[in-house]
Amino acid sequence: MSFSVTEPTRIEKWVAGVLVVVYAVVTLLPLIWIIGTGFKSPSDAIAYPPKVVFDPTLEGYVNLFTSRARLTPDALEELGPPETWYDRITRQYDMVITGPSLYGERFLNSVFIGFGSTFLSVFLGTLAAYAFSRFKVPLKDDLMFFILSTRMMPPIAVAIPIFLMFRQLGLSDTHLGMILLYTAVNLSLSVWLLKGFIDEIPVEYEEAALIDGYTRFQAFYKVVLPQATTGIASTAIFCLIFAWNEYAFAVLLTSGTAQTAPPFIPTIIGVGKDWPAVAAGATLFLLPVMVFTILLRKHLLRGITFGAVRK
Amino acid sequence: MTDKTTDRTPAAARLGREITTPLGRGIKGLSDRAVAWIFIAPTIFLLLAVNIFPLIWTIRLSLTNYRANRTNAEVDWVGLRNYERILTDPDIWNSMQATAHFLVWTLSLQVLIGFSLAYLINKKFKGNDLWTTIIVLPMMLSPAVVGNFWTFLYQPQIGLFNYVVGFLSGVDPSSFSMIGDVALAPWAIVIVDTWMWTPFVMLICLAGLRSIPDSIYEAAECDRASAWRQFWTITLPMALPFLMLAVLFRGIENFKMFDLVVQLTGGGPGSVTELTSINLKREAFEKWRTGYASAYGVILFVTVFGLASIYVKALNKVKER
Amino acid sequence: MKSIGAASVAAMTLAVALSGPARADDLTLCWAAWDPANALVELSKDFEAQSGNTMHFEFVPWPNFADRMLNELNSGGKLCDLMIGDSQWIGGAAENGHYVKLNDFFDAEGIKMDDFIDATVVGYSEWPKNTPNYWALPAFGDVVGWTYRKDWFERPELQAAFKEKYGRALEAPKTFAELKDIGEFFQNREIDGKTVYGASIYTERGSEGITMGAMDVLYSFGFQYQNPEKPYDMEGFVNSPGAVAGLEYYKALYDCCTPPGSSNGYMSEGIDAFKSGQVAMQMNFAFTWPGFENDAMVGNGKTGYFVNPAGPDGAQFAQLGGQGISVVSYSSKKDAALAYIKWFAQPEVQAKWWKMGGYSCLKSVTLDPSFPSSQPYAQTFLDSMAIVKDFWAEPSYATLLQDTQRRFHDYVIAGNGTAQDALDGLVHDWTETFEDDGKL
Repeated sequence: MSFSVTEPTRIEKWVAGVLVVVYAVVTLLPLIWIIGTGFKSPSDAIAYPPKVVFDPTLEGYVNLFTSRARLTPDALEELGPPETWYDRITRQYDMVITGPSLYGERFLNSVFIGFGSTFLSVFLGTLAAYAFSRFKVPLKDDLMFFILSTRMMPPIAVAIPIFLMFRQLGLSDTHLGMILLYTAVNLSLSVWLLKGFIDEIPVEYEEAALIDGYTRFQAFYKVVLPQATTGIASTAIFCLIFAWNEYAFAVLLTSGTAQTAPPFIPTIIGVGKDWPAVAAGATLFLLPVMVFTILLRKHLLRGITFGAVRK
Repeated sequence: MTDKTTDRTPAAARLGREITTPLGRGIKGLSDRAVAWIFIAPTIFLLLAVNIFPLIWTIRLSLTNYRANRTNAEVDWVGLRNYERILTDPDIWNSMQATAHFLVWTLSLQVLIGFSLAYLINKKFKGNDLWTTIIVLPMMLSPAVVGNFWTFLYQPQIGLFNYVVGFLSGVDPSSFSMIGDVALAPWAIVIVDTWMWTPFVMLICLAGLRSIPDSIYEAAECDRASAWRQFWTITLPMALPFLMLAVLFRGIENFKMFDLVVQLTGGGPGSVTELTSINLKREAFEKWRTGYASAYGVILFVTVFGLASIYVKALNKVKER
Repeated sequence: MKSIGAASVAAMTLAVALSGPARADDLTLCWAAWDPANALVELSKDFEAQSGNTMHFEFVPWPNFADRMLNELNSGGKLCDLMIGDSQWIGGAAENGHYVKLNDFFDAEGIKMDDFIDATVVGYSEWPKNTPNYWALPAFGDVVGWTYRKDWFERPELQAAFKEKYGRALEAPKTFAELKDIGEFFQNREIDGKTVYGASIYTERGSEGITMGAMDVLYSFGFQYQNPEKPYDMEGFVNSPGAVAGLEYYKALYDCCTPPGSSNGYMSEGIDAFKSGQVAMQMNFAFTWPGFENDAMVGNGKTGYFVNPAGPDGAQFAQLGGQGISVVSYSSKKDAALAYIKWFAQPEVQAKWWKMGGYSCLKSVTLDPSFPSSQPYAQTFLDSMAIVKDFWAEPSYATLLQDTQRRFHDYVIAGNGTAQDALDGLVHDWTETFEDDGKL
């Protein structure tokens, strides 16, 4: 067998494969555990030794979405038999459902703020990236570096004046405030990424369009944008994931109306040590990102390095 | 740009081709210059409003004794007293040390494991793409939510982590508490951060390894260089700029670390895992010493900016070689 | 959300007062997420029916409660119209104008503070303390006390073993020394095939847990916040020999008698440890007690209650908990919010509140002859409320609290330094804070 570095031997491949798979399985365990715990009953969740095989139940999900109150046996008697499957689950614990929990609301806040800020930052980012890519802009390098450097500030330090500013403007705990804030934070990412994507589109197409009598806007709109869709889409997903996961600003600048899920989910545990409900809330929140990650895998590297490394 | 080529010029210098001016002039509509400004202005405006203006405000506040929870109280200029107090406060040095421990260990472990993984994946075994995607999953998830769940995995006795460690080592899983023990808590946060972010380093290293042209190895083969020697003279130096870039990104992120650790340990036990961001949050939003906390924030920003600048210089030197 | 002119608000309040259903308003009440809050939701349905207003609730779990809600108040937020804020917030909320001053309202509606338990009025309503300036109506009386597994304490074999070892009967402890003996006795003991532990105590780092727990012990050991003769003079009071002994005791109790991994536990961890049969005794606020009575595992007479034990010199105090209900001054529906307080203050509503598990502070409820026997824990609650002390309620309370959290956790849990160091450090921290405030 000829030895070649460029094509590893079969044994090498095999060993490498086994090691990587072992790592992957270990790294996946906590995630599997989150998803699994969501389907356990509270007592199974805290069983020793930890239960790998268990009777799946939707208790965690019911507890996640409802608020419940404990009733005395007499009061329960009065109510009559439970009507729905979720009523039955809560009745086991002498409890009745008193209404929806706040989880749904917080989740929707995350969706709303996530999509709103993503749209804005990609919109503004595309314009700026196009300008940086195609025009002579004075101090271009400095401006680009300035845009990047905004990411170096610790969020807590930035949050102090932003807190004061929001208080002054009445933006505290509002969707608008959070959307603007996340848009600004994401702009550095979207400008840098999109500039890279637009740089890759040959200038010749636009030149041809301009010669054909298109205005600059038309050339941008009808020629560049269609070619940049993949880039824009993956940039959008990166922005969305950031806004989706963001915690520090959310915990400091929102208290209810506009609170997103990340600061909310950890508080579920404070109510009653209900790990299945926490796990259920986490699962629903993490799954979209897992799906996005798989969809994005080709552009992942580029996204996480602000376009500095491209595959 | 073809697949698997990597642009190795500094990012800022990698600018697109500009359209030649003669063409740009004379077309219908606004002039290019106007279009450029219309396109850039909103971005710059928003960044000024949400980043630069607050930064200036922070610097201003840092010279006062302002407290954001006392709107009626008088505000006095205190000069540099806040800075003086911070730099002489042993608690803050304690936080700096905790941050340094966290930084050094997470970076070392992530570089070591991440590079090894990339090296193995680069052996191109069957299905390596699939496994790469799986490995990458943790880093895309919400650190606060995941960190919160790890407190469950770290529970003595019932936690999965304690159970697995107990199972493998024979130690009683209820005999140690990762987040309750002063000696273990600094490692508890290192473990979770490494779990989350090793894939980040791995991905960048993988790009680095894949950027090395086969021809270099083939030439080395001709010179009968051993595999060991090839690793040290070709693989590592060629991948080094990528590795350093990964360290830069992780370094900045972990210097700012807040969400994951605040959920995991809340800075405890005592204050052994009270990283600077957590410490800063307590000063700013629990004690409401706004002026003092502003000075603290400025110091942190200057530190990270300074360290990053020095590092980028080193990185560029390595790239030039 | 509707905004209504002042005139119509006034008219509406009148209508509520006179006839019930009138112009409806959406009111949001903010409180901690715990059992009493669920009971309040039920109780408030009467108010909704009477007034036509819709009640919304924003409940935040204890570990995040102060952080979130103080942030909300300090940012001038409009989320909450009514706030059931923690007792120590009063100073800051009053001085910074977060709460509406209620004196005029109380006078106009004939609500008399004398009708409420004195300690709760001082603790939850007054700022400055011991002056007739009211910023809240006492809403929920609470105090740290202890629960114990009566069924275990009554087991003959355990009683015999205990008697043999300590020469006295196994019963609810009267002093902290006794409490520790019992903790040691139960620690790692096998009961019904399960390893159990001595006691669950507060150790939480993030909010106020370890301070509440340690102070609960320190008071009876001679700790004082300040020189009674000279305000803010703390040297020799905060770090008195008694206080040092108390903190050492708390650490010893943590080291000897708590379940593994209880380095960061507060109320819900305590409930958990007790309900799951992990511990023989549990330190917790009285609000948790109704929940044990009908619990499948520890309910039906298996749980006993005792007042915080006495210190070495016989002094006996307990940490005050509980909250008053206030109107947030940033609310645009202050009158509807006041109408809620007026409704809540009625004796019938308060009686129902107690029945549903809410610790009413109204004397007509607690001094009722049938009160002590109305619940197994009622007498313990009354006895505990008679000996309460509270943490600083200064506007800088959060700073004072955070410093305490750090000093106590550093010593008790992390084991750094000595109790003397911790309390000396605390005097230093607190002095600095009061100097910053211009009070020293």
